[in-house]
Amino acid sequence: MAQRNIIPFGPQHPVLPEPIHLDLVTEDETVVEAVPSIGFVHRGLEKLVEKKDYQDFVYVAERICGICSFMHGMTYCQAVEEIMGIAVPPRALYLRTVWAELSRVHSHLMWLGLAADAFGFESLFMNCWRLREGVLDIIEATTGGRVIFGSCKIGGVRRDIDDDTMKGIVEKLQAMATEIKRSTDVFLDDYSVQHRLKDVGVIDGEEARRLGTVGPVLRASGIAMDARKIGYAAYRDLKFEPVVEKAGDCYARCRVRVREIFQSIDLIAQAARKMPPGETALKVTGAPEGEFFSRVEQPRGEVIYYVKANGTKNLQRFRVRTPTFANLPAMVRMLKGAGLADVPNIILTVDPCISCIER
Amino acid sequence: MSFLSMGKNVARNLFEGPATRRYPKEKREYGPGSRGMIGIDIEACIFCGLCSRRCPTGALTVRKDPREWEIDRLRCIFCGYCVEVCPKKCLAMANHYSPGVTVREDAVHMERQAPRPAKEAPPEAKE
Repeated sequence: MAQRNIIPFGPQHPVLPEPIHLDLVTEDETVVEAVPSIGFVHRGLEKLVEKKDYQDFVYVAERICGICSFMHGMTYCQAVEEIMGIAVPPRALYLRTVWAELSRVHSHLMWLGLAADAFGFESLFMNCWRLREGVLDIIEATTGGRVIFGSCKIGGVRRDIDDDTMKGIVEKLQAMATEIKRSTDVFLDDYSVQHRLKDVGVIDGEEARRLGTVGPVLRASGIAMDARKIGYAAYRDLKFEPVVEKAGDCYARCRVRVREIFQSIDLIAQAARKMPPGETALKVTGAPEGEFFSRVEQPRGEVIYYVKANGTKNLQRFRVRTPTFANLPAMVRMLKGAGLADVPNIILTVDPCISCIER
Repeated sequence: MSFLSMGKNVARNLFEGPATRRYPKEKREYGPGSRGMIGIDIEACIFCGLCSRRCPTGALTVRKDPREWEIDRLRCIFCGYCVEVCPKKCLAMANHYSPGVTVREDAVHMERQAPRPAKEAPPEAKE
């Protein structure tokens, strides 16, 4: 029997800019166990809710994560709006949908770049990030910020997108879709990419469900679970089906994200066609009282916000279950039996967001 | 499955030139809606202090007595909440950031309202 060694992975590792530590117990080149430890960037944002005004806290919620920032703000706003019984104007709901899908496109393009970087395909990485820049430009022009949108508030949205601009955005995205396809085809067809991703880090649907996996990781294992199907914001009016792949390996997870980019572009086009005229925000007064679970499908999976208010300006309790936190057990399961050289790939296909995990 | 799937991209990249800007020569133009540094029309300010109370990071300090308004530009997160709540609409957001600093203290910017005898006349009249 081979000798067991423990190889530390992180908290500083070239493949991840964020700190997470894994003790990889190996036998020869095979990982037999992975022991994660987290807590390097804990900021105590859930406790901060007791000191901040509930309307000001949107800014804090947006800063939980730097990539799905808009969706964090949106989930928080949805929870408070539900508690206070605010009927958000339909135009604001559509605008939220557009921005949410834009952030999904930019997040997935960023992930594709990072994945290419992880398996050593530098030029593909740069191609993906160049494409992402085009999406960030749209986001900056419509919200004023590149990654922190700051456009969602309780009762609606801060900025409006006029119809001509919206048309221009859809045209630009559709032009970009052909560009994006040229790069994503490399992920799906290239021999060396498939060599690194196929049959690596396999997790079957039953196991993934048992471990509480969410998002693209679960959908890549053949389970069609997409929180957008609940019908929050404007999703109830849009036509789409969750993107599902069967294999459950790294390649399937990559394929799900590639297909979701085009699905998101289509959803933006649909939302632009159906966008109703009218108000974009309501004036919110008073203080919330009650509790609510809000669920939103982020690029990495389903996020759950629990908000409890007691009728004062400060909330009583705030709890976030982020998608990466839910995917950690699956990641540890996938690492068992993997080759040491595949570890960075497997960790990246979960799309880990450490600042999300630790809040 | 193909071996030269990146070929088209490589050929295009050869002829399209770099995607990055030639920075010092070619500067990036910010769009009109970009969120940037906060400016104040200090003469219109009534020193109510609402902006400093609402600021999520506590970057603003308003002193009513010496009629001063102060911002720590390194603490500002460009959320624009102060601009939104200002009752006199004397705060505004530029579309670019403030120039870089090498010492933290240099990022603190203070504006003081000039003493205005005409405006201070009414309290005298009351006496």
